Amino acid sequence: MNDHDESQQFYAIRPAGPADVPQVILLDAELTGLAKPEYWASVFARHSGPGSHFLAAVEGERLLGFIIGEIRAWEFGSPPCGWVFAIGIAAGHRQQGVGRALFEAVCARFKTDGVATVRTMLARDNALVMSFFRSQGMMAGPFVQLERDL
Amino acid sequence: MRLQKATRCALFAILELAADPNRQVSAGEIAQTFGISLNHLAKVLRTLGRAGLVEAVRGAGGGYRFSGNRRRTTLLDVIALFETVDPIRRGLREDGDATAAGQALCRVLMEIEDTALATFGSISIETMLKLLQRPS
Repeated sequence: MNDHDESQQFYAIRPAGPADVPQVILLDAELTGLAKPEYWASVFARHSGPGSHFLAAVEGERLLGFIIGEIRAWEFGSPPCGWVFAIGIAAGHRQQGVGRALFEAVCARFKTDGVATVRTMLARDNALVMSFFRSQGMMAGPFVQLERDL
Repeated sequence: MRLQKATRCALFAILELAADPNRQVSAGEIAQTFGISLNHLAKVLRTLGRAGLVEAVRGAGGGYRFSGNRRRTTLLDVIALFETVDPIRRGLREDGDATAAGQALCRVLMEIEDTALATFGSISIETMLKLLQRPS
């Protein structure tokens, strides 16, 4: 476990580049237990370039974490808002402000793009990530996810 | 939904003490701040003490101090000391539960329990303290 504390910003936040994708795949596989190289290649293709919100936290060229967001408009009747649909922080770099910095960076981009709300969705039993988003001031929103078997 | 009185006392006491873990606060101060019975609060503080969340400070001044971890202690950790948030999930049954209507009602109530568990379990004391500071 790295002994950096939150007061020392030893990392940089920047848009993710092609060279980050292999590390994103590895980090996601560590977090979820499932490697998804094609998925992440397609995510990068969709969310790279100007205006994209696929951000990486790096120490040199080492990926410490990533976040991906996008503006969605009028889905489920919601006016445009920013959605965070993926976040991952390497286990050895939690509680060091990396997640917060990534979240604040993507929120700043959403604000610049003119939206006033950020949303996310996650599994109810994902206590770690839910605690993180709550620690960033997020509360339950006005939507409910419903489902049934087909 | 409403929380039981003891649970609310406990949460108020924890939030008051955890706001500054280096500060000692008397039970009397906490009782006065929140308008709760000192007798009631004393019992609650004993339960919190047994759970390792608060400790009584001996000596001149006395009082209590928060002894837990603000980031790792959640609302659920405190609530669960005083009441059961998920009685249906835990198999506690009531009259009529064995009927089709009772089972359908249990499914709906379990949805609410699951949401309550996820909500309380994801809000740490530290996050609650930040919420206190946000303008409503």
